[in-house]
Amino acid sequence: MSQGTETHHFRRMIAIWVVLSAALDLVFYFVVGPHVPPGAMTSSAGGAQFDFNVLFLIAFPVMLAVWVYWAYALIVWRGSRAGADEPEGGPKARGHLGIQIGWIATTTVIVIGVFVFGTVELVAPAGAGGGEGPSPIWTPTSHDVLPVQVIAQQWEFTYRYPTFGGFETSQLMIPDDTTIAFHVTSVDVIHSFWAYQLGVKADANPSEDNVAYTTTKQLGGFTVRCSELCGLWHGAMYDYGRVLPKSQFFVWAQSTERQNAANTKDLPPFAYTYVPDANGANGGLYPDNVDQYSKVEQYGATNPSQ
Amino acid sequence: MFLAVSAGLVVFTVMAFLRSSPPTVDFATGHQAGAPVDLTVQTVGSIGFGPHPTWVSYLTEAPNGQWVHTTLWDLPAHTRINVTVDQYDGGSALRNQQFGKVIGTIGDDATLNGKTFRVINANAGNGVAHTFAIPTLGISVPLYANNGNANLCAVAPCTLKSPHNIVTFSFMTPGPGQYPWQCFLPCGLGFLYGNGGPMQTIGYMDGFLKVVA
Repeated sequence: MSQGTETHHFRRMIAIWVVLSAALDLVFYFVVGPHVPPGAMTSSAGGAQFDFNVLFLIAFPVMLAVWVYWAYALIVWRGSRAGADEPEGGPKARGHLGIQIGWIATTTVIVIGVFVFGTVELVAPAGAGGGEGPSPIWTPTSHDVLPVQVIAQQWEFTYRYPTFGGFETSQLMIPDDTTIAFHVTSVDVIHSFWAYQLGVKADANPSEDNVAYTTTKQLGGFTVRCSELCGLWHGAMYDYGRVLPKSQFFVWAQSTERQNAANTKDLPPFAYTYVPDANGANGGLYPDNVDQYSKVEQYGATNPSQ
Repeated sequence: MFLAVSAGLVVFTVMAFLRSSPPTVDFATGHQAGAPVDLTVQTVGSIGFGPHPTWVSYLTEAPNGQWVHTTLWDLPAHTRINVTVDQYDGGSALRNQQFGKVIGTIGDDATLNGKTFRVINANAGNGVAHTFAIPTLGISVPLYANNGNANLCAVAPCTLKSPHNIVTFSFMTPGPGQYPWQCFLPCGLGFLYGNGGPMQTIGYMDGFLKVVA
């Protein structure tokens, strides 16, 4: 096999790889990309979708490089092909410094590039919809943020709206084109609030205020699931929320505030966490404060007999 | 031979345990379309028998009038269910007072000893004993407690001679499917957060609506 033939093979493979990679990337980006989960209902969901698409665009050429070489070798250098040369040993079968350096440099650039890209994407959209704990360092730029408290308990999420009198409801409604601050907590065991289409996922821990931000971009419904195994009905701990036009949201919020007024006055004052009793709902009936993490009573309630 | 028999016994025992389930009370067979179904249950502070005699539990009155220790019901789809709860237990505050509100019933209300109510303040009076809730259907009803100092029934099935409250409400069944229901008051005495034991066991404070066409 001459030097000229080798160069010819390499250039042919490169040409095939470039054409296929460009075609696959373009088709994926414009045809599949807009449908990649979790969609683009919010800034964090759109950010996740963009990140997935970028990773696909990087991954396809890498995958095709392997496949093109494999297919080319299988077709062009197969042993049964008439006139094919027998495989050669010697110097030509040993390492090629240029290819080795090129391979290491390319993969290093890809890995470091993905690391930098991922870090920037995590920071830029205010935490990318993930729970940032009680003192977020990546906060949204908007000053008009709607706080919604997510209270997890076995086995249902309930939601409090502190800017609407602190009413609590099992319905999750949020307005369009608005930055939402989800304050996620639990009043019993560990849960996890996963609003899939919103691109929001935050652990719900007792005595913790886990804050996650997102900005709504589209109207529609979304699904909320618990994503932390939390007991018998963990699999049934889901509900559905909606992103409403702002005017509809305010009508809903104000009417729900009125309808729930009788119960809202019995709720504890709004707080970012509520420490549950470790032993049951009532210190009067159950041994109290035997758990070092439970110094106070349940979710704001006092013993009826006291 | 001995090993084979022993292994067979172990497998049989494990499978029998895994497949064990409370009975299902059938309210669907023979149901006339459009007619409501009357469902009567009772809540007791301790079941008084079986493997966990001290556990709190629901019981169900079968169509033949017999009380059955189960929380599984076959119910017809798209049917009004008139529920009567004979509540025999003492109470406490709710961990989350949100479940003191009646939600999702027909009229968004219930009756307590004949009087209509929409909210029970679990921090006042006798508190709440339990709740009946089907979260996936958006239904939740608090069950007002009896005075804890009264001579409460401790062995099921209880009778109306014991101190009790009667709570009634109605709801519509959806299409066919299985819908879990539960109590939201952590009443698992002696378990961490009160949510262990009977709160995690079907047949006690959790069950299924098996809605059939």
